Amino acid sequence: MPQLDTDLAAVGAGLDALDAPSEERRPSLRKRFVRTAVPPLIAFALLLGVWQALWALAFWPEYQLPSPGSVWAAVVEAVETGRAFEVLWTSVSRAVLGFLTAVVIATPLGLLIAKVRVVRAAIGSLLTGLQSLPSVAWVPAGILWFGATPATIYFVVLMGSVPSIANGLVSGVDQIPPLLPRVGQALGAGRMAAARHILLPAALPGYLAGLKQGWAFSWRSLMAAEIIATSPQLGEGLGQYLHNGSALNDISMVIAAIFLILLVGVGIELLVFRPLERAVLRARGLTGAL
Amino acid sequence: MTATLETPAAVSDVDAAVTLSGVRKVFGHGPAGVVALDGVDLSVAPGEFVCLLGASGCGKSTLLNLVAGLDAPTSGHIELTTSRPAVMFQEAALMPWLTAARNVELPLRLAGLKRGPRREKASELLSLVRLVGAGHKRPHELSGGMRQRVALARALASTLGSAEDGTPGLLLMDEPFAALDAITRDVLQAELVRVWRETSTAILFVTHDVREAVRLGQRVVLLSSRPGRVVREWSTVDCDEPAVIEDITTHLREVISGHAAA
Repeated sequence: MPQLDTDLAAVGAGLDALDAPSEERRPSLRKRFVRTAVPPLIAFALLLGVWQALWALAFWPEYQLPSPGSVWAAVVEAVETGRAFEVLWTSVSRAVLGFLTAVVIATPLGLLIAKVRVVRAAIGSLLTGLQSLPSVAWVPAGILWFGATPATIYFVVLMGSVPSIANGLVSGVDQIPPLLPRVGQALGAGRMAAARHILLPAALPGYLAGLKQGWAFSWRSLMAAEIIATSPQLGEGLGQYLHNGSALNDISMVIAAIFLILLVGVGIELLVFRPLERAVLRARGLTGAL
Repeated sequence: MTATLETPAAVSDVDAAVTLSGVRKVFGHGPAGVVALDGVDLSVAPGEFVCLLGASGCGKSTLLNLVAGLDAPTSGHIELTTSRPAVMFQEAALMPWLTAARNVELPLRLAGLKRGPRREKASELLSLVRLVGAGHKRPHELSGGMRQRVALARALASTLGSAEDGTPGLLLMDEPFAALDAITRDVLQAELVRVWRETSTAILFVTHDVREAVRLGQRVVLLSSRPGRVVREWSTVDCDEPAVIEDITTHLREVISGHAAA
């Protein structure tokens, strides 16, 4: 019955047109800029205003609360002498190297914990516990074990970030709907193929959240290690720069250092993790939080 | 005018696509064990459309899992002469990070097919389920009915992908339309029959809807509950549909009310 067949096709096409979720229209570039960039800029301007006002009221002496202008001058000076770039490069390269090493260690570790029951029972809660341990606590031990060398710094960074990344991957795997691995099995996926084609991509949002947190932890741990462990062997990172500012009683330098530490944290988040997370979630239709 | 097959017709048929003989499945051990299936004999001929009908707890889904090889029977034998059976669930269960076309390609990719033939086969199957323009869309951009059609194309890819040498395909469907609205279900039932005719795949279709079973299947098999056993079969080819529906419904009610006393 060809007539009936075309009727069916037409009805089906009509249903598809009616039932398919309507495509969301992305707002224009200008609108998106106004929506995402303007509110934080206003908040920043307000903060500066309050700061300037407090400074002008002179509640606190100058060596405790510098003016925004003098902090800016400290930043400009550090940039002009090139010191800022050296300091930033030392710290950021350490953090990135430490973070990448942590990813290499934490990924198989997380998969093991997620998929092997004995391993989870044995070290699962230890890993969660380590996550809540401030990584500064490892600095004294690191100095005793490795001396004031880069090894101490990397040790502290790893102790800070490995648990976060591994835990992120574990919760990513735990949150996979149980039907998906079953479908994979029904479609003929073996153990390795299932891990590659189903498990890992399905766990990606949780894994990404873990990576993001892992980065934040490695940056924090690095700063803690650099502030406490200072020696000529270690060169000058942001933490040492901050430490030096404190030693010189130069509050403008201290706040400039804090500003730079924040800048790196926010910068990496905005330039690396935010777009990555957005792309992954958007592809899965999880746009609620963005 | 009801055509009733008192003895299961094709159990001894050597050419059957699937043959289950004396299949028993117990979950758990000892006295606490639950018998899900007990002495199930059933066969499906190549290219045949069989509907399994039963109330909750008749072990319909267990039976499909056994045939699909996702689970092993406690005793009895299951013989398959087909390629690896494909399974379709109540939910489409598409991979949310893959486009529709990539979802259809997934089983072909797992089977080690090269990219070119994989693409070609996937677009062929998408046009079979009338989703030509939707290959680039992600599951969340599709309606429930469209998703279920992508799942059908993917299931066909998994059973036909390994059937190039002429072995017939087998499609196992576990209430695939139960979660859809009535209009979509109606259209998809017609589409399924069309696809079945075009691909000559054998289908084992589980449902608890008597009308759906009679409309779709060439044969309807009624299972009892706890434990699941084959109660009776009806052939629905050239039958008087309303009469068969009424007869099956009567038997289904008998089976269910048998549990009230226990």
